[in-house]
Amino acid sequence: MAELTLVEAVNDALHTELARDEDVMVLGEDVGRAGGVFRATAGLRDRFGPDRCVDTPLAEAGLLGGAVGLCMAGWRPVVEMQYDAFSYPSLNQLITHVGRYRWRTGGRMQFPLTIRMPYGGGVRAPELHDDSPEAYYVHTPGIKVAIPSTPADAKGLLAAAIRDPDPVVVLEPKLVYRTSRGEVPEGEHLVPLGEARIVRGGSDVTLIAYGAMVPVCEQAADAVAVSCEIVDIRSLRPLDERTILASVAKTGRVVIVHEAPRTCGFGAELAATIQERAILHLEAPILRVTGFDTPFPYTLEHEYLPDPDRILDAVERVVTF
Amino acid sequence: MPSPFWCELASRRMATDTRSDVRFGGLADADLLELHRRMVLLRTYDERSVVYHRQGRIGTYAIFWNHEAIQAGATFALDDEDWIFPSYRESAIGLVRGLPAETILQWWRGHPSGWWNPADWNVASISVPIASHVPHAAGLAWGKKLRGENAVAMAFFGDGATSEGEFHEGVNLAAVMNAPAVFICNNNQWAISTPLEAQTRAESLADKAVGYGIPGVTVDGLDVLAVYGAAREAVERARSGGGPTLIECVHYRAAPHATADDPRAYIDVARMEEERANECLGRFERLLIDAGVLTADRVAAARKDAEDLMRAGIAAAEAEPPADPELVFTHAYVDPPENFRNG
Repeated sequence: MAELTLVEAVNDALHTELARDEDVMVLGEDVGRAGGVFRATAGLRDRFGPDRCVDTPLAEAGLLGGAVGLCMAGWRPVVEMQYDAFSYPSLNQLITHVGRYRWRTGGRMQFPLTIRMPYGGGVRAPELHDDSPEAYYVHTPGIKVAIPSTPADAKGLLAAAIRDPDPVVVLEPKLVYRTSRGEVPEGEHLVPLGEARIVRGGSDVTLIAYGAMVPVCEQAADAVAVSCEIVDIRSLRPLDERTILASVAKTGRVVIVHEAPRTCGFGAELAATIQERAILHLEAPILRVTGFDTPFPYTLEHEYLPDPDRILDAVERVVTF
Repeated sequence: MPSPFWCELASRRMATDTRSDVRFGGLADADLLELHRRMVLLRTYDERSVVYHRQGRIGTYAIFWNHEAIQAGATFALDDEDWIFPSYRESAIGLVRGLPAETILQWWRGHPSGWWNPADWNVASISVPIASHVPHAAGLAWGKKLRGENAVAMAFFGDGATSEGEFHEGVNLAAVMNAPAVFICNNNQWAISTPLEAQTRAESLADKAVGYGIPGVTVDGLDVLAVYGAAREAVERARSGGGPTLIECVHYRAAPHATADDPRAYIDVARMEEERANECLGRFERLLIDAGVLTADRVAAARKDAEDLMRAGIAAAEAEPPADPELVFTHAYVDPPENFRNG
């Protein structure tokens, strides 16, 4: 075990997977010579050569579309989108091809590509460097989506995504890229997609979160006498409904936290699923603590982002309902 | 009759390599007959498909009548290891590789047996969204090159596609990676009802190649030997490490965009009739008959073979049982999420 930051764990996963499988290649903007604007791909170009860690033109649709062609040529591409919102020009490729190409070959051709990107706010960055676009990805058939909150999960989920036969989007919480430190297994390490993690056990309220909102939930839970169970879902699709429903059966009260805008955010999907499957366990309405239905306001980001106080307000409402 | 400025320019800039000292681009008689057979196959596929559509036997269909010189000519420059990336306008281009007519008819019938494995034919799936398959061709060509394989990728798209961002991003990626790709622009001068002058101010679409630092050539899209000659040169360049080429094949759309389109509202009908009188297959047949390579009997035989193939194809397609509803779920994921059957 080594103690690494979250972004170092991402880098470790890439080094490990490129060394393990010579079909894996990394491509993106500034991933090679610079090693990525967050240093997530540092050292790959020197170690594996410029053909396996490739600086591409600044064109996200061409980048993702190129990766589709690379899959057809037998590669297993790992595409970096430099920032969350920079991935939007590639959504056409994602929706019209990445999510459905296997389908239109009758399952005969696989597209095992991985798209990874830093996401989320709180880093005092300019507009369109702060978005939480996970709902766009989860809503797209054919795509899987994972979001780690710890260094060990960042390594394990990314490795699982790279080895997965389907296209996987991995969103990495840039807010905690360097502040989240933890023990990370050395060498090959996999965290299977579709397994939630119980961050801490509790009996009164279930807090459900992912990515950078997990540590915020922990801060909230630390500040209150109510016994909070925190579920880090880690994988939005496939979703570990079993772990979520078991927690809801135990606590009967649920607060969902994400920083993406509220309407049609992933919290809505979670709330719908929970009420469909566990209505008789619920003792209070399911509440959501989310970003607002506005553009991400980068100069007022701490007004926008869920914080422990907003989470505790929701906890109080479900406990006193 | 108004003659659009870009068409006159395109005619002036025509560059064919049908060199006077090389008869028919150096093609042997057997090659010429095979090229002719492929054009007949494509023509027959298209004409029968319009009939099948009117009979309610296939769905809405994108017509490629008079585009056969481009499709057969360009692909004739390819080896079997090379890849073809069709748009919907080239839906039947796999016929030149032996892809069954039944499969393509099933695609237009919306039946899952119209799906094929691209790797079985080196023909990518039919791309419906405009220009977004251009980066796929770039990626495949680049990826094959990285593996030390020899394959060339050839992508087909229309004039309207050159306005799309993904045309630009794909061609640029191929150029930067020096990928062995050939980009065939079928410039029939209409994107449904939008004429080329509403699409671009460029003098010719081949000029766009300059921006990518690659060669761009314009050929007569109704001259199968001109298309073949330009494609052969581009394929040789790609295979020998010279990178991609953009080939603009100019003609004038002589049929509706699709079976759901009535072009009389926007197109120059007289010009369309003129194009039909000068259609590419008849033009090639006259050339080959005059040269003593082809006979009227042989034309009739090629036509009959193609019609038989189509009859057998539609019969086989119609004999197939309806798709199993299970197929809705079977192919969305290799390893599907547990809950994805919830509707």
